[in-house]
Amino acid sequence: MLHADPERVSAWRRLRAMVADATPTERDALLHEQATWIRRSVVSMIDSARQGHIGGDFSVTDILATLYFAVLDIDPGRPEWPERDRYIQSKGHAAASLYSTLARCGFFPPEELDTFMAPLSPLNGHPNRNEIPGVETNTGPLGHGLPVAVGTAIGAKLAGRRSRTFVALGDGEMQEGSNWEALMAGAHHHLDNLTAIIDRNRLQQGARTEDTNALDPLDEKLAAFNWEVRVVDGHDYAQLLNAFGPSTTGRPVAVVANTIKGHGVSFIEDRVEWHHKVPDADQVRAALEELV
Amino acid sequence: MTAVDEASVAPPVETFDNRVPFAEELIEQARRDPRVVAVCNDSVGSSNLVAFREEFPDRLINVGIAEQDLVGVGAGLANAGFVPFVCGAAPFLTGRSLEQVKVDVAYSQLPVTLCGMSPGMAYGELGPTHHSVEDFSWLRALPGLDIVVPADREQTRQAVRNAVEMPRPAFIRVGRFKVPDLPKGTPRLERGRIQTIRKGSDVTLIGLGSTLPRALAAADRLAADGVSARVLNAAYLAPLDVATIEAAARETRAIVTAEEANVSGGVGAAVSAVISGLESSARVPIEILGLHEFAPTGSTGFLLERYGLTEESIAEAAKAALTRG
Repeated sequence: MLHADPERVSAWRRLRAMVADATPTERDALLHEQATWIRRSVVSMIDSARQGHIGGDFSVTDILATLYFAVLDIDPGRPEWPERDRYIQSKGHAAASLYSTLARCGFFPPEELDTFMAPLSPLNGHPNRNEIPGVETNTGPLGHGLPVAVGTAIGAKLAGRRSRTFVALGDGEMQEGSNWEALMAGAHHHLDNLTAIIDRNRLQQGARTEDTNALDPLDEKLAAFNWEVRVVDGHDYAQLLNAFGPSTTGRPVAVVANTIKGHGVSFIEDRVEWHHKVPDADQVRAALEELV
Repeated sequence: MTAVDEASVAPPVETFDNRVPFAEELIEQARRDPRVVAVCNDSVGSSNLVAFREEFPDRLINVGIAEQDLVGVGAGLANAGFVPFVCGAAPFLTGRSLEQVKVDVAYSQLPVTLCGMSPGMAYGELGPTHHSVEDFSWLRALPGLDIVVPADREQTRQAVRNAVEMPRPAFIRVGRFKVPDLPKGTPRLERGRIQTIRKGSDVTLIGLGSTLPRALAAADRLAADGVSARVLNAAYLAPLDVATIEAAARETRAIVTAEEANVSGGVGAAVSAVISGLESSARVPIEILGLHEFAPTGSTGFLLERYGLTEESIAEAAKAALTRG
């Protein structure tokens, strides 16, 4: 099990305070800085492991940066704090972006990121809560995060806690039936403390979602399941922040975050082959040049 | 029938549905401990949770007919600090949600107690879709998940109490097929221990759940024929009590296992794996009784007989194993 990095935790606290006090422009710059650090880290991790899921890592990065540096009520120094907000990354294959985010917050020392997928590393290709502080539940097979999130949200209500639950899902993952079981349960139990974020990059492993098993009109489907639906640009911090605000209807909130798979690096963006392609040395250099 | 024959017929043994003490104990525990919650899949009646719901309406979470969500919600409640008892008919709780049991409970090590109601062939004539005879094979493959098979009312209560006192990932088989209580003086259920219910030196009979009283009755039959049978209760199928199995192999000349389950990965397979690693003098013959097929139509009693899970068949299997020894 990894342990917190006190220096990074302090830096994260200072950053959270700065973000909270910043003007919108300054805030966006601060969040962009974090997202850029995460994306650069992802490139290095995947370069060194020679495997990973760079496209999905990059599409969810701005969501992660917004949550961890502006929204979640957490304490990276006390990952088991019962009152904490929960973030569950159902799209477990985007592990490199989650690990980079957690390290940036101080849940564990950033040097550990160098061990990504190395033999016996705590940083498996999919997240394991028993090795990594800040991981709430193990994910990897798709369609697991939302049911667990429904459980943590019911638990918070039963315990009379104000803590909220956020769960990020890939859009292709919405083809899993378990998610629709959980969507029904979330609405039935009036889980206004639950926010499901769908990373709508419109690509899945082998093709476009709409050419595989079409999801549209996704917003209408979610609304028909009695969720409060917010459709936003998933790379716009102001829109994401707004979307992550509390429910206004007493219903659970579904944020359809329109994203670009591979966002941030021109030759990776919106290309199906970059689901889990590994950049060569020239591509690593080119990617890092763009990520500033 | 002559007067002598009538006198020799033992009075009928009273038998019980273990879902009743399960529900009573769960309510007891919920009164004592606010962390105890129940989660079910529309199975309020079949899981015997009606009284629980009346007393704790907020603490019974019914997710509807949605077993993947059922187990995931249980894992989330455990993450939130609760002690969830996730209840559903055993075939669906294990089969439909197997990946959730693997990832959300066992691999995540979230302290969820999975309560497999009406396991084995309790649903008799409803057929293989409703039988839970694969659960031992499936769940034994998951590291870090306890498999508990209480044999009577008191053990069912103990299994519930253990789950509250020491919350951890576990599966409990909660029997619906009526069984008698174990003899007085049966030791308390201990995690990871196979219980010795009866001492013996010639052959070892290993039962669990519904087959245990049948193994005990078989031991009586064998005693009448001069064969001393040890009877073990594999109440914890996982973690497996290797030492007690090894001792049985060294101290008796044959072993019979009897399980209301498919034999591919159950108690017989577990015992065989242990014994195959022992010195040759301890590698005793084993007779493994259980299912090898999808069962045909029939009552639970009929099917138990078909698969040799009766006192007569267990006694015969013991003699056959001793002959091979």
